[in-house]
Amino acid sequence: MSHGPVLSFELNGEPITTTVPAHWTLLELLRYRLDLIGSKQGCDKGDCGACTVQLDGEPVLACLTLAATTQGRSVTTVEGLGYQRGACHPLQDAFDRFDAAQCGFCTPGILLSAEALLRKQARAVSREEVRAALAGNLCRCTGYTKIIDAVVDCGERLYGPPVTEAAPTD
Amino acid sequence: MATRSPTTKSAQAQAAAGGTTKAWQIGRSHRKVDAMDRMRGVARYTDDLKLPGMLHAKIMRSPHAHANIKGIDTSRALNLEGVFAVVTGQDFKIPYGVIPWTPDENALAVNKVCHVGDGIAAVAATDEDTAIEAVNRIDVDYELLKAYFDPEEALMEGALQINPHAKRGNLSKNLILEFGDAARAVQNSQLVIEGDYFFCGTTHAALEPHCAVAQVDPNGLLTVWSATQVSHYLHRELAKVLELPAHKIRVIQPPLGGAFGGKSEPFDLEFCVAKLALITGRPVKLLYTREEVFYSHRGRHPMKMRYRTGFSREGKIQGVEARTIIDGGAYSSFGLVTTYYSGQLLCAPYDFPAYRFHSTRVYTNKPACGPKRGHGSVQPRFALEVQLDKAAVKLGIDPIDLRRRNDLGSHSTTINEFRIGSNGFLACLEAVERASQWKQRRAQLRYGCGLGVAGSTYISGTNYPIYPNDMPQAAVQICIDRSGRVRVFSGANDIGQGSDTMLAVITAQELGVELDDIRVLSADTDLCPVDLGAYSSRITLMVGNACLDAAHKLRKKVCAAVAKRWEIPATRITLVQRKAMDIEDPSHHIAIAEAFSWAEADHGLLGEVGSYNTPKEERHGTYRGGTIGASPAYSFTAHVAEVGVDEDTGVVEVKKIWVAHDCGRALSRKIVEGQMEGSVYMGFAEALFESHEVDPEHGGVHRGPSLLDYRLPTFADTPPIESLIIEAPDANGPYGAKEAGEGPLHPCIPAIANAIYDAVGIRMDHMPFDPPSVLAALDTRRASDMAGTTTRHPRPTGSATGPGRPA
Repeated sequence: MSHGPVLSFELNGEPITTTVPAHWTLLELLRYRLDLIGSKQGCDKGDCGACTVQLDGEPVLACLTLAATTQGRSVTTVEGLGYQRGACHPLQDAFDRFDAAQCGFCTPGILLSAEALLRKQARAVSREEVRAALAGNLCRCTGYTKIIDAVVDCGERLYGPPVTEAAPTD
Repeated sequence: MATRSPTTKSAQAQAAAGGTTKAWQIGRSHRKVDAMDRMRGVARYTDDLKLPGMLHAKIMRSPHAHANIKGIDTSRALNLEGVFAVVTGQDFKIPYGVIPWTPDENALAVNKVCHVGDGIAAVAATDEDTAIEAVNRIDVDYELLKAYFDPEEALMEGALQINPHAKRGNLSKNLILEFGDAARAVQNSQLVIEGDYFFCGTTHAALEPHCAVAQVDPNGLLTVWSATQVSHYLHRELAKVLELPAHKIRVIQPPLGGAFGGKSEPFDLEFCVAKLALITGRPVKLLYTREEVFYSHRGRHPMKMRYRTGFSREGKIQGVEARTIIDGGAYSSFGLVTTYYSGQLLCAPYDFPAYRFHSTRVYTNKPACGPKRGHGSVQPRFALEVQLDKAAVKLGIDPIDLRRRNDLGSHSTTINEFRIGSNGFLACLEAVERASQWKQRRAQLRYGCGLGVAGSTYISGTNYPIYPNDMPQAAVQICIDRSGRVRVFSGANDIGQGSDTMLAVITAQELGVELDDIRVLSADTDLCPVDLGAYSSRITLMVGNACLDAAHKLRKKVCAAVAKRWEIPATRITLVQRKAMDIEDPSHHIAIAEAFSWAEADHGLLGEVGSYNTPKEERHGTYRGGTIGASPAYSFTAHVAEVGVDEDTGVVEVKKIWVAHDCGRALSRKIVEGQMEGSVYMGFAEALFESHEVDPEHGGVHRGPSLLDYRLPTFADTPPIESLIIEAPDANGPYGAKEAGEGPLHPCIPAIANAIYDAVGIRMDHMPFDPPSVLAALDTRRASDMAGTTTRHPRPTGSATGPGRPA
């Protein structure tokens, strides 16, 4: 089997050059060739969100993204979410405090969707905002309640309490 | 000389320990012992395992719902480059079944296929693409047979037998149990409510698809890693089907991505990877596609239920009669138990003076049904709780009050002779009533909005194991070393519900250490004592008790060693905050690691085993089947649901659900809440979204075997859930704990159905409550409004808006 054309991109802050069969998805590349197993395959059809990673900072479904399209771009997976090696991201700490992960299979994808929400808003977020931003990530264990608790709490810890109830945007 | 009384000193010690000494760990909120691994993406689930030289397997599946296999030609597959082996049903001739009385399936079809998706052959190849190509090259000669998708049709005279191992045609199990003269009791009642209910099938849809990996080492030890929630039963069935001694097989359950009952029996993939690894000598992995997960199913049985319930004018239940047809699909799975549970688990929290149920499980040409969270009892609970609501309306009694009037109470015996211990049902009702502001708000809601209530009970494990034996139902081994580290070995399957953390909490409580000091090694049949697995909500009570037994023995050894050196009675020693401490002088303490080393010096290497077996005396009925559904302890739940119904679209919006659950004692609060919230979500999903169906018009293919077509609520769909923990400690549970993982699901569906009635005066007796069904029911109600035959609706306690509450 051909190892395919050469592909260069930034993965979790480090430049990487690899080969990839032209038909492979980003999820296949991450899991099968690069051994980054944190991104999960729940459906392989773009329905569940467990494979969510960030492409240039935007959440995308790795199972629907052709690996070749990452050429020259930046990919972040759950393995790259920590602030530095060995330290967890405040979202991971919040999920831990709130027991927001049960089986944990959806968690990496949800963390990446939630991180994008908090980073882009750069302020405390409401429960409604979390519900809208994470609507592409299924979870079958938690009923979502504790995940929303954790993301809202993390937003407040990072950016302070919400300014006013009615503030539509910053 | 200090003159402080011992009481004061003891109180100080307790204060130092953060309240009472029991509060050292029990009842707190904990970070789960394995959560960070999962959140950092380093936990290795089964599909994350990669072994040198590993092959990938795929299963060829039947496109037909019912057919004889006249021949299989695998030669074109075997000739494909990269293919190492092909197996068929001829390699697995010994039938198996998780219930030992009903071994009616083979790992791969032997002579016939019984539903679309039945496995026929499996291929091991260098990679998945090659395996898929090889599967496409297997030629099967089918003789098509008439397929049966309706259980009543399958039972008709002259119908072809579906399951080749079945003993009585397409009858899987027929069961009649009667307690008192139910027919007469109902007949003599002042009010009789009759209803026909249909619970559609639903599936688990755990996010992790089933996956298994097998490897054979040079000594012939077969290791199977599997996403299973019942390692022990898998171990037994592998030994049986592969004809290997059990000690030559090791089953390991890696971190699991959800189960909900959907991984509680062996599946074809585990036998296939094992056999292919034995044949090829290479490790073999098989991962189901999402579509295969839907076809493997073992989800909640569709049930057609007819209920007659008699009430006194005061709302007291006089008798219950139930007739239930259960659509089993092609295999038995847990169906024998399901059939019993469909009647046996209904006898609390209400007192029935007379009860009769007749349940019939039938084989059909569909993916087999099995256990899903709240096995067998979610369906009849829906029917009964709607029956109660209908009675409340007829009698003009508040539905919560009607439930109170029928409360069975604690330390009581059900009509089917089950012994109930603690019972917090009334407290559950009161909690949801208060939190939802039931009385005030229900009287004020406008037409289109409604509140509904329902209650339930569930078991904390079953009194008898699946295969009869006198050994303990649970066992745990704990070892301590001089560094202060504690290792807990348990066969229990942590499926995300947090059982590893539960074991760590109990161990930390008894040994005075932090959860960080504990390593829980679970669900590895080579390392851990046998445990029966994660089903019937057994782990907290049973494995928790076994863990407490072992930890308590070690605590005594450690306390004795410290007491000896301090020359005080051992009863004065407590273990908290990583210290051994004198209760009467908290300033007198040593580090726990030192206490452990003293104990090791006195007693030798520190290890203890603990066991748990269920109490057998006067727990259950003496009639045939009287043990099935009996439990050491019962949990209780009440829900209030608030809905809004859009009359134009038929969309039901659940605005909020309040859930109160009596878990006996919450060992770890956030984990208990998480179980309650997850249960509520799953019930809500079944009520409004889910329907696991095959299409008879298209040969029995699944109507939508994907996570898009099989609708599941997202973040945006799911209502706020308020969890209210009720604690009625049970003498049989560790620290009084009962289950919390399945019970809290039960009332959700009827509470929503009852709220829809409260909102717009329609009865949703068939599931799911989707927009077309709601619109149809609204049309029927309007026709009945016109004809002047609408039952007075609904506010039985006297709504200001009166009958019909027109918009």
